[in-house]
Amino acid sequence: MPVKKKTPLNLIMNGLFNENPIFRLALSMCPAVGISTTLMNGFLLGIAVLFVQVASSCTVSLIKNYIHPKIRIPIYSLVIATWVTVIDLTLSAYFPTAYKAVGIFIKLIVTFSIILMRLEVFASREPLIPSFWDGFGMGLGFMFGMMTLGFIREFLGAGTIFGHQILPSRPLLFFILPVAGFFCVGFMMAVYNWVEFTYKRIKEKRMGT
Amino acid sequence: MRWKKFFLFLFLFLFTKAYPSSFVMKSSFLGKDKIFVLFAGPVDKKIAEDKGNYYIYEKPDPDIPLRIKEISLSEDRRSLTISFYEELNQHVPHVVHIKNLISEGRKIGPVVFSVKKSYAGFLLAILIGAMLVHNFVFTKYLGLCVFFGTSRRKSTAIGMGITFTIVMVCSAMISWFLYHYVLVPLHLQFFQVVMFIGIVSLIVQAVDIILRKINPYLFKAFGIYLMLVLANCVILAVPLLIVVNNYNALEAFIFSLGAGLGYFIALFLMSCVREKLELANVPPSYRGLSIAFITAGLFGLAFMGFSGMSIF
Repeated sequence: MPVKKKTPLNLIMNGLFNENPIFRLALSMCPAVGISTTLMNGFLLGIAVLFVQVASSCTVSLIKNYIHPKIRIPIYSLVIATWVTVIDLTLSAYFPTAYKAVGIFIKLIVTFSIILMRLEVFASREPLIPSFWDGFGMGLGFMFGMMTLGFIREFLGAGTIFGHQILPSRPLLFFILPVAGFFCVGFMMAVYNWVEFTYKRIKEKRMGT
Repeated sequence: MRWKKFFLFLFLFLFTKAYPSSFVMKSSFLGKDKIFVLFAGPVDKKIAEDKGNYYIYEKPDPDIPLRIKEISLSEDRRSLTISFYEELNQHVPHVVHIKNLISEGRKIGPVVFSVKKSYAGFLLAILIGAMLVHNFVFTKYLGLCVFFGTSRRKSTAIGMGITFTIVMVCSAMISWFLYHYVLVPLHLQFFQVVMFIGIVSLIVQAVDIILRKINPYLFKAFGIYLMLVLANCVILAVPLLIVVNNYNALEAFIFSLGAGLGYFIALFLMSCVREKLELANVPPSYRGLSIAFITAGLFGLAFMGFSGMSIF
């Protein structure tokens, strides 16, 4: 569903639901599968991606007139890499323990296709303010997806939330396995599809009567 | 006759090379934190199990002795197991210095020998490890976006696999040389992410422009996959892992080759299954990517069978 008006609210809702990077566009799946085992991991990576997305969207939107179209992709990835280095050094200085768990994935934000795709599709054509909100929405959507997965896997797998014990036992230990990420994402996608189908069916019924 | 003598000398040469100290018949790593030693004759238990009697270090840094946890001698007093507090870095040879040993009342004196793995076996272990045991798609969960995008047909899977392997090896080698001869001397290691991704994107762009002019037919076959290589996490993860693991040039080459081939294998397996899945009767909300993810999860469970496997 394309967005008609580019108001901030529309752009953010677009990032959260219609074009959710993880469940709808199926881009940047690697962290969603690999390290969404706890809510904290999801939160940390979500913050990092939000920052990188907003910063590089703004940068590209500012310098878009000076980039030669033939070499735009290398330029975009260099811009992203610069901001990733910034957030990488910052996180490793301020959150050393959590940084260790997330490991190599912070550096790999450079190659998340969601960021490159938003730069190519949106920021290289639009002025600064809408680019900022689009980047913000996409980053929030990614964070929302990561935290949902992290919540499901941590709650069902270990019975804890943010490390605090909530359930007395571990209901489904399977979810803490790294492989369960694939199943979790698959089921979440099915849920999103199902919601869309039902929504459409209700709408059609209403139009019919 | 001459050949027989030659082989005899060769055999003797190899034998003496492998076991420089004649009293030590065999030495090897055992598990993650143990060293196993086999002596030619029974040794005195009291002296052999004394920790102060040993000085063990990694060959590059002789000043740092490794802390010994326990030394145990077997029943026949010929084989010795030395266990350590920390895990041993088995990629470097370890030197074991025993100050004195007594065998059946006969003094052997100081014994020095080194414990190491065979290098060809180590290279093979890197290759198989990157390809199957730590497969980048199914056990490290990297490069998934491109993986699900290009595994719909067998033909696209093969095209992507070949392009990816070639770009992977080239970029990993160039990154290795630039990292070790430019960034390390200048103390600019924090710059690695920018440099690695810059190299990859420049290679991709250059190949794109050159191939378009020189061989349009080849470009038609593989050109569309070139840009996808750039959005693949594995292409950045491999140089970073090479830096973390401190591989030399040959090991880096083998590792990147293994990563590329592993990706190829994963793509091919997945595309075979997904071609069949299109004919299957799947519930509507699971159709498309959702069922593909669940299939990948099953593959991941299967690849877990490789985990913990160590070769050589």
